[in-house]
Amino acid sequence: MTEQKPLVEVRNLQKWFSVSNHFFSIKQNYVKAVNGVSFKVNKGETLGVVGESGSGKTTLGRAILRLTEPTGGEVLLEGQDFLKFNKRELRKNRDSLSCIFQDPQASLNPRLTVGDLIADPMRIQKKPSTKRERYEKVLELLDVVGLNRDVMWRYPHEFSGGQRQRIGIARALALSPKLVICDEPVSALDVSLQSQVLNLMDDIQKSMGVTYIFISHDLSVVKYVSDNIAVMYLGKIVEIAPKEKLYDNPIHPYTEALLSAIPIPDTKVKRTKIILQGDIPNPMNIPSGCCFRTRCQEAQYICADTVPEMKEYSPGHFYACHLR
Amino acid sequence: MNPRGEFPVLEVRNLQTYFYTTRGIVKAVDDVSFAVQKGKTLGIVGESGCGKSITSLSIMRLLPALTGKVVGGEILFKDRNLLELSDKEMRSIRGNDIAMIFQEPMTSLNPAHTIGKQISEAIKLHKKTSEAEAKNLTLELLSVVKIPNPEKRYDQYPHQLSGGMRQRVMIAMALSCEPEVLICDEPTTALDVTIQAQILDLIVEMKNKFGTGVMMITHDLGVIAEVADDVIVMYAGKVAERASVDDLFENPLHPYTEGLLNSIPKLHRTHERLKSIKGMMPKPTDLPDGCLFHTRCDYVKDICKKELPEEIYMGGRTVACWKYHDKWKEQKT
Repeated sequence: MTEQKPLVEVRNLQKWFSVSNHFFSIKQNYVKAVNGVSFKVNKGETLGVVGESGSGKTTLGRAILRLTEPTGGEVLLEGQDFLKFNKRELRKNRDSLSCIFQDPQASLNPRLTVGDLIADPMRIQKKPSTKRERYEKVLELLDVVGLNRDVMWRYPHEFSGGQRQRIGIARALALSPKLVICDEPVSALDVSLQSQVLNLMDDIQKSMGVTYIFISHDLSVVKYVSDNIAVMYLGKIVEIAPKEKLYDNPIHPYTEALLSAIPIPDTKVKRTKIILQGDIPNPMNIPSGCCFRTRCQEAQYICADTVPEMKEYSPGHFYACHLR
Repeated sequence: MNPRGEFPVLEVRNLQTYFYTTRGIVKAVDDVSFAVQKGKTLGIVGESGCGKSITSLSIMRLLPALTGKVVGGEILFKDRNLLELSDKEMRSIRGNDIAMIFQEPMTSLNPAHTIGKQISEAIKLHKKTSEAEAKNLTLELLSVVKIPNPEKRYDQYPHQLSGGMRQRVMIAMALSCEPEVLICDEPTTALDVTIQAQILDLIVEMKNKFGTGVMMITHDLGVIAEVADDVIVMYAGKVAERASVDDLFENPLHPYTEGLLNSIPKLHRTHERLKSIKGMMPKPTDLPDGCLFHTRCDYVKDICKKELPEEIYMGGRTVACWKYHDKWKEQKT
């Protein structure tokens, strides 16, 4: 990896949700949704975050954005700790972050026209400050995402899923953010539309130089868009590496199993499948030691005793496993 | 009988299912024919709105009674046309001879009853066994579908199980009466990849064990490549292409199939820009004239805009595209 100052650095980020079993109960239980996650993303690059449901990938995205307050750790955005901001500072600095959600139907206000929806973040931030300039910016954004200019007077329900996601992307880009967190942006779309949206996101990155954190459960999509990939399991990153290294040479048993489990749309590719037993454990009751040990075929005594540390396999390729 | 000398367990001929809505008639399934062979898996693939689920609901006769109607065609099962049976006769076939697994197991299981009760109910209904026998059978089934600790699970409610476990319960229930045809409608779409691998593995294992004919409906070409023997690609209610799974992935004939295969990111290939299909699916109430795909097709010529292509036979497979017809080759773009 080149020695360049990362745009975002996340250090030991934690988000524990407290759950009490009873109103008067003294003992606090926690769902450790994000449990000590660290990574760096360089400017103009994409970090893919993959994991199964319940692995904490969405909470990670929300915690970075402070849509849910993290319970610990640091998020350094160009050296500034985003988590230390008070409310006013946060609002002032929000423009450098933005997000695209999974379900464009749910994330677009049905009562606003597309033009108002896209202009909304600009209106709140007063950037640009006049209505006229904002209007022009909206038109420009509609061109960027490949929508007709006259759609700005229409309402979200008039559009199909793929077009709605384009509106969502236009809104996310309204304030020219440095970092865009994309939470499953194409999962709700059909394959033919999915590729259109992925290509669009790629074009935008190349022309505007935005940085993405791309959260998805679909490993083939993540491979397509990312430079580096982090694999999450029960709130922890178990392996993080540049994508070629991760796909060609997965070290962690979970990554290995995950990669082998994806159905490949080609009958000529023959592989040995590793079928994991059981389900992902309840995040309220995380196994001791290595969190993957309950499903790992190679688990030893040490796995139950100590939490594995992140080890470097090759430059930029980190993994957390005792046995490899 | 097909050219390979197999007899189909279920045969659908020229099925037409229409929906009568206030905005006009929606031809959800229009002139679709296929056969499910014993011990084989037929994959039906297509995007949302292509009519793949409606095909399965038509076979099971589970269409919404007021709006949806099968207006033509035959569904042949054991020399009987399912469309002509009375409701009572159909009930004895449904679940008994033809079973179905749905996408979201939580919505197809009753949250107010234990899973043991739900499975044994199906057994009691179709096999006329006693309570105790049904329970034994259920426990056996639960262990066949690899649910750990069946005795404990028998008395649990659906919400106490995980998604993968619930889908296993659905499979157990579907297999309880040893059906000859198993229709799986997106059985793994709601599941994680590692769980998906478990469930697909289980479906294939069950198919081999009981010799069931499986109809696998999915939008995921990866799943198709993994489990199917023969594939039908559907677009806007019509069959675009049918082929064996190897032929389809090796050499897709229909421009739509080609587009679909090109638009998915491949895990085993290096980064290349995705080719996407332009535009989007036409509105079902407002289908274009001629070939339904012509608005998005790269090979479009005049004839495509005017006439609907018929299925052309090409060495054991068919494709509904003018590109393989002499008329198209003669025409200039």
